[in-house]
Parts: sequence; C-alpha cells; structure tokens
Amino acid sequence: MTADTQSIREPRVALMRDPRTRGLIIQIVMIIAILAFAAWLINNTVRNLAQANIASGLGFLSTRAGFDIGQVPIDYTSNSSYGRALLVGITNTIIVAGSGIVLATIVGFIVGIGRLSRNYLVRGLSTIYVEVFRNVPPLLVILFWYFGVLSVLPLPRQAIDLPFGAFLSNRGLQTPAMRFDPEAVLALIAFFVGIAGAVVLSRMNRQRQMRTGEQRPTLLPSIGLILGLPLVVFALTGFPFVFEYPEATRFNLVGGLQVKPEFLALFLALSFYTASFIAEIVRAGILAVSWGQTEAASALGLTRRQSLRLVIVPQAFRVIIPPLTSQYLNLTKNSSLGLAVGYPELVAVGSTVLNQTGQSVEVVAIWMVVYLGLSIAVAAFMNWFNARMALIER
Amino acid sequence: MEEQVAAYVAKEQKEPLPPPPSEVGLTGVLRKNLFATPFDSALTVVLGLFSIWAAWQLIQWALVTAVFVGANREACLAGEGQAVGACWAFVHAKLGQFMYGLFPLGERWRVDLVIVLLVALALPLAIPSVPQKRLNALLLMVAFPFVALVLLTGGQFNIGGGWIAFLFALAAFASASFAAGNVTASHKLLRAATWLAALAMVLLLVSNIVWSGQMTLLVFRFSVLSMLAFLTALASIAASLVAAWSGEDGRALALRTLAPPLLVLALVVLLAGDFGLSPVATNRWGGLLVTLVVALTGIAASLPLGILLALGRRSHLPAVRLFSIIFIEFWRGVPLITVLFMSAFMIPLFLPEGVSFNQLLRALIGVALFSAAYMAEVVRGGLQAIPKGQYEGAQALGLGYWQMMRLVVMPQAIKLVIPGIVNTFIGLFKDTSLVYIIGLADLLGTVRRGFSDPNWITPTTAATGLVFAAFVYWLFCFGMSRYSIYTERRLHTGHNR
Repeated sequence: MTADTQSIREPRVALMRDPRTRGLIIQIVMIIAILAFAAWLINNTVRNLAQANIASGLGFLSTRAGFDIGQVPIDYTSNSSYGRALLVGITNTIIVAGSGIVLATIVGFIVGIGRLSRNYLVRGLSTIYVEVFRNVPPLLVILFWYFGVLSVLPLPRQAIDLPFGAFLSNRGLQTPAMRFDPEAVLALIAFFVGIAGAVVLSRMNRQRQMRTGEQRPTLLPSIGLILGLPLVVFALTGFPFVFEYPEATRFNLVGGLQVKPEFLALFLALSFYTASFIAEIVRAGILAVSWGQTEAASALGLTRRQSLRLVIVPQAFRVIIPPLTSQYLNLTKNSSLGLAVGYPELVAVGSTVLNQTGQSVEVVAIWMVVYLGLSIAVAAFMNWFNARMALIER
Repeated sequence: MEEQVAAYVAKEQKEPLPPPPSEVGLTGVLRKNLFATPFDSALTVVLGLFSIWAAWQLIQWALVTAVFVGANREACLAGEGQAVGACWAFVHAKLGQFMYGLFPLGERWRVDLVIVLLVALALPLAIPSVPQKRLNALLLMVAFPFVALVLLTGGQFNIGGGWIAFLFALAAFASASFAAGNVTASHKLLRAATWLAALAMVLLLVSNIVWSGQMTLLVFRFSVLSMLAFLTALASIAASLVAAWSGEDGRALALRTLAPPLLVLALVVLLAGDFGLSPVATNRWGGLLVTLVVALTGIAASLPLGILLALGRRSHLPAVRLFSIIFIEFWRGVPLITVLFMSAFMIPLFLPEGVSFNQLLRALIGVALFSAAYMAEVVRGGLQAIPKGQYEGAQALGLGYWQMMRLVVMPQAIKLVIPGIVNTFIGLFKDTSLVYIIGLADLLGTVRRGFSDPNWITPTTAATGLVFAAFVYWLFCFGMSRYSIYTERRLHTGHNR
C-alpha cells in the first residue's frame, strides 16, 4: 500500500465554475457596465446641454418667476422667485394629499365595513362602489369631476344655494368663513388643555382597571373634555367671532372662504378613488382575523360591539396598516395628477418652471427628491404606528 | 323527587318544532338581511330611497333625456325649460377617433386585424382546456409583436447591417448549442463554430468603434467590418450544420440547427420587406389603440424585467442586490407623471446627437421601467413565501441557480402572486391614461380633445364622453380582475382538502 500524501487536495476548478470567483467577476462586469452606461449618458447630457446653451445648476431658483399661481397658501406674487413658486407647489401638494388621506380613510373604512354588513342593501351598494371606482383610472375621475360636474355648474350669479349660507358655482364652493377675534386664542388653549386632560384621564382609568378590574367610561368624558371645554371657554368669552358670509355681487361671489374647483375636483376624485382601495384593505383585514377569535370573544360574554372593539379591530389593524401605508403613498403620488386640471401642485408648478427655464434635469431632480422625501416621511410615520400596533411577542 | 322526573318519558321520536315564523319565508329573509335591528331598518330605508333616487336619475340622464342622434352640438343643446341628459350622438360621431385616433380611414383594417390576431392568440391561451399551450404562447409572445409592429407601422424598417450581423451572430450561437446537443457530432467543428460566432461578435464591437468603408447588400448598408462579422456568423452556422449532419440522426438535428438562422431571416424579411402597406406614423395612432399598445408593451416588458429585478434583490451578490434595491425604490418612490415627463424631456438629452426616439417609444420606456419596479416587488413577495426547503431541495438535486429558479421556485412563487401580478397589470392599464398629459392621444386623450371640439361643446358632452371612456376602462379592468380570481381558484391546488 503506497501512502498517498496528497490524497485530499482541492479539486482544480475552472475559474468560471467556482462560485466565489464567478460572483466576483459578474459583479465587476456589472459595475463596469453600469458605470460606462452612466458615463455615456452624462457625457451626452453635458454635450446636449452645452449645445442648447443651458447652464446647469440650481442658480435659476432665485430668479424672478414671473407667472401667477391660482392657489397660494403662502405669500407669493409673480415677482417671487422660482424657488418660492416650487415651495407653493409643495405646500399645495401637501394640502391636497393630507385632506385627501383623511377623507379617503373615513370613506374607505365605512365602505369596507359595509362590504361585510349583514344588511343586503349596504353590502350591495358598497360592492358596487368598490368595483366601479377601483376599475377606472383616477385621472378620468378627476377630469369627470372637473369638466363633467364642476365646470357645468351655473355661473356665480345663479349659484346653487347650499345650507348654512354656502354657494356652489362653476368658480367652486364658497362657504362662510369664521373671522376670529384675538380672544379666541383662549378657546384654542382650552382645546389643547382638553386633549391633555383626556390623555391623563385615559391613563388613570387604564391604571385603575389594571389594579382593580373596574372599568370607567373613557370615551364620552374625553370627547367632552376635548370639545366641551373649548366650547365653554368660547361661550364665556362671549363668542369672539363673526361669520363672513359670501355675498352675490353682480358678477361674482365675494367674501367667505372660496374652495377652487381645481382643488375640489382633485380632492374628491383622489379621496373616492383611494377609498375604494382602502375599503378592500379593511375588508381583507377584518376577514383575516380568524372566526375563532369572534367565537372566543362571544364565549367570554363580550357583546358584539365589545368584541369588535377589543378583539377584532386591534388584530385587524395589524393586517391593515402596511397596505394602508402604500395607499397613502399612492394618494400622495397621485396628487400630481392635479396637473391635468391646473391645480398648482408641485408637478404643475414644476412643469411651468421647466418650460420657462429649460432646466429639465434640475426640475425633475427636485420632483424626485420631494416625492421620495414625502414617501419616506409617510412611510416612517406609518412604520412607527405599525410598530406600536404590532403584536408584542417574546 | 326522582319519580317526578321520570314521570314523562317519550316513547317515540318527537317531530321537531317548526322554526318561528319570523325566521322562515320571505319575511324571515327580509328580517335577517334588511331589518335585523332598528338601526339596520333605518339604514335600509334611507339607502333604499337613495338607491331608487340614484337609479332614477341615472336612467333619466342616460336614456330618457339623452340625445342619440345628431350631427353637431345643436342636437345636444337644451331648449327652453328642458333638461338634456347624455349626448350619445357625440360618442357616436367620434367613435372612430376614440378607437383608432387619426389612423387613416382606409388603413384601419390593419388595426382590426391586429386586434383579431391578438384575441385569436390570447383567448386560447386563457382557456385552460385548449391544447398546444407552448406553441400558442410562442406565437403570442414572439411572433405576434413583430407582426403587429409591421401591420401598424407599415414595416419597411431601415435595418442597419450591424444589426443584421448581430442577429445572425446570435443565431450562430443558438445553432452551435443546438448542434452540441448531439454527443456524436464532431467536436472540432463545433468548437470552430463557437469560436467563429464569438469572432463575429468581436468584429461587430470593433465595427462600432472603428469606421470602415460602406458597402450595400440588397437594401442593407454594411460597413466592411460588420460585413465581415456577418460572413463569419454565416460560416459559424455552416460549421454547426456540418457538425450536426455528421452525427447520428443527422437530418433531424440539422433541421433543428437550421431553425435559428431561418427565424432570424424571417424576422429580417418581415421587418425590412415591402408588403405594400403604406407607412403610418405613430403620431397618427390614437384612442384605444394607443392605450392597448402602451398597456400591452408595458405588461410584456414589466414581467420579465420585474422577475429579474426581484431575483437581483434577493441575490447574494452585494453589487447586484444594491443595484436592484436602488432601481426599484427609485421608481416606486416617484409618481408616474414625473417619470413620463422625464422620458419626454430627459431621454432626448441622454441620447447622442442624431439619435431620437419618437414620443410613443419614449412613453413606452418610461411606463415599462416604472411598472417593472412594481412587478419586482410583487414577485419578491412570492419568492419570500417559498420555504427554504424548496431551495435546498433543488440544490440537493444538483440543479444550478437558473434551473432551480426556472423549475422549482418560480412556478410556485408566480402561482402565489397571480392576484398581485394582475393587480399590477390593472394598475398599469389605468396608468396608461397618464400619457395624455405628455401629449399622446390615448383613449382618454382623444375623449378629452373630442369634448373641446367647438362643434360639440355643450354642458353634457364632457360628462358623456368621460362616462363612455370610463366604461371602456372599466370593462378591461373588471375583466382582468375576474379572470385573475378564476385563475387563482384554478391554481389553488394543494390546499383543498
């Protein structure tokens, strides 16, 4: 028996057959290809820009914009800078996205729960709502509200009277505005005091329940604190506000609070469109809680309402929150469709700036940065909320 | 006491009591479904009245006071004291535009033919019991796009010699690998064929960098180097053929080896040939045609791209993973409008001088990249749901990475995420409406232009046109979602007990 001293030797493998080497080679080739592609793009861009005589850089942001914007929540005139104009756009985006999210959530939850109702009529109407709105492009819904409904409303002179002194015309919705006197600040303070009081109350009740098992009503006293306290203070200071009613002049409605049709169309369309998706998420979330949970809750003697509030909904929320987050993000991104009806949000303002200055790379970069930033902000908030609601396991 | 309990003993089976009258019959059903509690009853009454009112209004608008015939806006204008509902005459007058855009009247049969082909190929694929799925899919995915392209644009593309040489070099590789399937084929010749194909590729690369003289073959313009590459590729194919012929079972194998070059030849003839179709520029396309072209191209491009990106995101190679994550998150974070603006304004900046894409193509690129990112996330969800044991089992069988993915993981993963994929398709179909903002005339765009037409401006035209468009979109999206539910049920194997 001859001793083979080299019996265990690494088998020789071709370079491309060795997983580690192969991985390294693939990555190096990929990085080189991407870098080469990027360099090619940048090279072309620089040359094209030089040819079109466009100076790159963000310097254009401080030059005079020279165009007017229909809805200006912050100070802006045509003498302001491009940067200011874009800021107005961002503010408008946040306004419509924020209000849209609120309405979409409310409608979505109502319809979603309606889809599971025992009432045949409620179920049927909810289903029709979801199936209609989910399968139609949001842009079309926006155009429908704007061109199909709001544009053909009567002129301001023949505006439709709504309750509470509001008017609806093709210039939008005009509602009475509250003009507050300085003393109203006290009521505002009382409002915040009320919130703080409600938090303290719910903490105390909770600790009491933990200690003694006794349940004290929390919801109604909290509402009383949050709404009632400012109301009392308001009454004590002698209702320091006046209603400013819109008045019909010969050609227009003057005064009050005007909600422009562009905003109204975008807001309604986005909310009702997104609500149909939220409704499905809510339905799926409630169905995801297994039937045994409901049975166990009734076995414990909880009423239907209690079992919903204490057993089903908290568990359903865990399923609902992640997809709900992405719907909120979708709504925020879809607010860019305001461009189609001339609602001056970021993309609409940006495209005006782009057309005036030709700074396409910079404007597109600003869009991307703002939307990515908004997405990250909403996602971060929802992740925090999700972490709070998540099942705490070992 | 015990005697008292035993005093009544039933001697036979008792008939069950009838259910209480409130639980059976029409009243029972109504009570249970509509009037269970006072709150329920109130809700039913209010909603019932609302439904009746809404339905009545809808019927009034769409049928009773609607205008069905008319040549211009006069027909749809309200007279004194009478309300006018939908202006269907407008839809009727503009229907051709809504469907085809400005496609020349005499050439619209080409669009119809494409649609008929599409339905004829897609329908059998969608019905599970029809045989020959593989051939059907090949025809739909490979042959149909090119035929449709030629039919819609008119063909006669000006293909450069470099591209022809490239296609033939690819065919040469395919032929060599087919011929290598036969163990008895001559190895020397095969090796020569592979090297020749590689040489053709290298020559092509060089021909793009080094300028050499021009020459023409038939209608195609070659540079000298690309001509050389073309000839080398032909030589490689010939070598593969001889190698295949020399082995056992030579004739059948030679036929298979001949298939790739023949396919390439057919493709070149199809694209460059003159079939007597007059060219139609893409800016004359419009209406539902553009919507379908954008949506179908997006769907066709996004699925493979999305699968690749999803695999990349779960790869063990850090560079690949990082690239995929950045790519996906970037596209997902921004609205489609900005992507379309980017493709409209920035692609021209990115391209070298003299090269330009038309508007439709630019929009297509934007839509495809955008939806690929969403698709990637859906597919990744499926990949994550596959238990680790499946991967390990495949590896234990000795499968390589791509074999494992193709044969074991992907079939299971895709099956899991069919609803998600179809949802992405539906989203994509709806999102195609956005291309109208960058100036393409898709269905929504033509409707939008139609109701701004001074001949048809009335208070109800806009609403009528938009309702019509909404119905068309709804039909497609609702159809897709129903089909997805059906497929989901059919593929829901292994969980039924």
